[in-house]
Amino acid sequence: MADLVSHSDEVRVVSRRFGMGATNIDRYLELDGYKAVQKALTMEPDAIVNEVKNSGLRGRGGAGFSTGMKWSFVPKQSAKPKYVLCNGDESEPGTCKDRLIFEHDPHSVIEGVMIAALAVGAKSGYIYIRGEYRYLSIIMQKAIKDAYAKGFAGKNIFGSGRDLDIYWHGGAGAYEVGEESALMESLEGKRGVPRIRPPFPAVVGLWGGPTVINNAETLANVPHIILGGADWYAKLGTPKNGGTRLFCLSGNIAKPGVYELPMGYNLKKMIYDVGGGIPNGRQLKAVVPGGSSCPVLKADEVDVAMDFDSVAKAGSMLGSGGVVVIDEAQCIVKFALRTMKFYQHESCGWCIPCREGTDWLKKTLIRFHKGGGVMKDIDNMQYLAENMLGRTFCPLGDAAAMPTIGFVKKFRKEFEDHLDGKPCPYEKSAEPVEVMA
Amino acid sequence: MKFSDEFETRFAEMVPHYPTKRSALVPTLLYAQDEVGFLSDEVIVEIAGRLDLTELEVRNVISYYSMLTTKPRGKYNVQVCTNISCMVRGGEEILHHCAKKLGIGHKQTTADGMFTLEEVECIGACSWAPAAQVNYDFHENLTTEKMDRILDGYKKKGTQ
Repeated sequence: MADLVSHSDEVRVVSRRFGMGATNIDRYLELDGYKAVQKALTMEPDAIVNEVKNSGLRGRGGAGFSTGMKWSFVPKQSAKPKYVLCNGDESEPGTCKDRLIFEHDPHSVIEGVMIAALAVGAKSGYIYIRGEYRYLSIIMQKAIKDAYAKGFAGKNIFGSGRDLDIYWHGGAGAYEVGEESALMESLEGKRGVPRIRPPFPAVVGLWGGPTVINNAETLANVPHIILGGADWYAKLGTPKNGGTRLFCLSGNIAKPGVYELPMGYNLKKMIYDVGGGIPNGRQLKAVVPGGSSCPVLKADEVDVAMDFDSVAKAGSMLGSGGVVVIDEAQCIVKFALRTMKFYQHESCGWCIPCREGTDWLKKTLIRFHKGGGVMKDIDNMQYLAENMLGRTFCPLGDAAAMPTIGFVKKFRKEFEDHLDGKPCPYEKSAEPVEVMA
Repeated sequence: MKFSDEFETRFAEMVPHYPTKRSALVPTLLYAQDEVGFLSDEVIVEIAGRLDLTELEVRNVISYYSMLTTKPRGKYNVQVCTNISCMVRGGEEILHHCAKKLGIGHKQTTADGMFTLEEVECIGACSWAPAAQVNYDFHENLTTEKMDRILDGYKKKGTQ
């Protein structure tokens, strides 16, 4: 469905089988499929966890937490069943990578879930796919059926005497459900409202049992780590940031697409070499480096290594790998407004700072962009956003606040240019958009 | 209340996947909606009964998820993304173009019941922006001309 791209700097690990017909289980087997899980069956659970720990694999959903560490938090003994839950509710604006994994290599996700289950002692794994990705849910359902038919899943997998069930699950439209505790609520058939932590899912998760929750890309990396070894994987990236990453280049860029590049790849190079630079003879204005919740980087801040720690040092986040490029013809106030409209729409309303904060910020930004702003609004927006930080059950409040603070701080002049009833000086189209507001 | 055999097979397969019945609720609602067109009172009562839930519990879940609806929609639900990656590549123009061409606004349905228009949040097509989904089909790298052809195609398909 979605077009594939390529570049000579790419290092293909998770995208290795893209475009090679690996949805077919026999083809997947020809391409080293299901070898890693068979290797994992011969390993001690602790050895699997250590291998993943040493690989430097960090959560690809956005938080960047050490995957092996996360697995190690699951208690060895548990009265309740343990679970593995794959988060395929991909919906961070700017992110479209899990979609390609499900489309081209669904068995790698199944295999990753199985290895995670062996590592933590779970007997069931669930693969949650967002409702909009219906065609991918169909691909995944078939892949799971095929794995059962071959005896890879279900009872006595690979004749090992061990049982391991794999199931798919579908969402029905909710960004918030991508947050791990809301994801569990959704899978349990409820509104996707976050749970308070502690207890963390590794201790009390799905139906009260210890649960490992990992992003689809994270899990798709696991079989490659088991086969290729932790050292090989770690060396692909930078210290403490193992492997590669699927970067989704979008926005005002000549060659948008999903590229797999080593962790730590330079952002400037990514924009100008890999992505072919800014089209239409325009200049770069800003970049959102890791999905809509990450603070914006200005054009003079893009000479940065794209790994979790370097981007954090530069004042933003590597996030989900969604690199949104913004050219000089775009209005930052409008960009901030559209971002906030999204968070206001997606806030579940459970926590007051998020529910009220996103609504006030949206209203202020709409008024402001129309030219109805006053100087005081600029500081108020920043103050409001700063007061949302860390005051909600889940990170959605932070995700809405952080980019807003970034836009106001780094592009204050653009906000000031909208004052005194002036029409937006940056707007390309004359027609204001009011459909959803 | 009668669903298709395909629905019944999937439902029967799905329920034993979970330790609690209600866990099957969200995907079941979406598949039911796909068959009936919307989540009617009758559908809600039926699913609540099957999963040992009250009607209110089911309605409470429906109201949370953006894809679920208790109101009838057109045969083709045109969902245009205007989120950041689509916006900077003309997603809003696509939305306005659809609104003008179909003569309807956000969440409205054409008089002939053919199309509903919806401005939606990120659909995961950022690198192929601007993009839209018509029901479950993705349409990417859109231009207004391409969108015209797409809508004309659905109209033709829908009147056959």
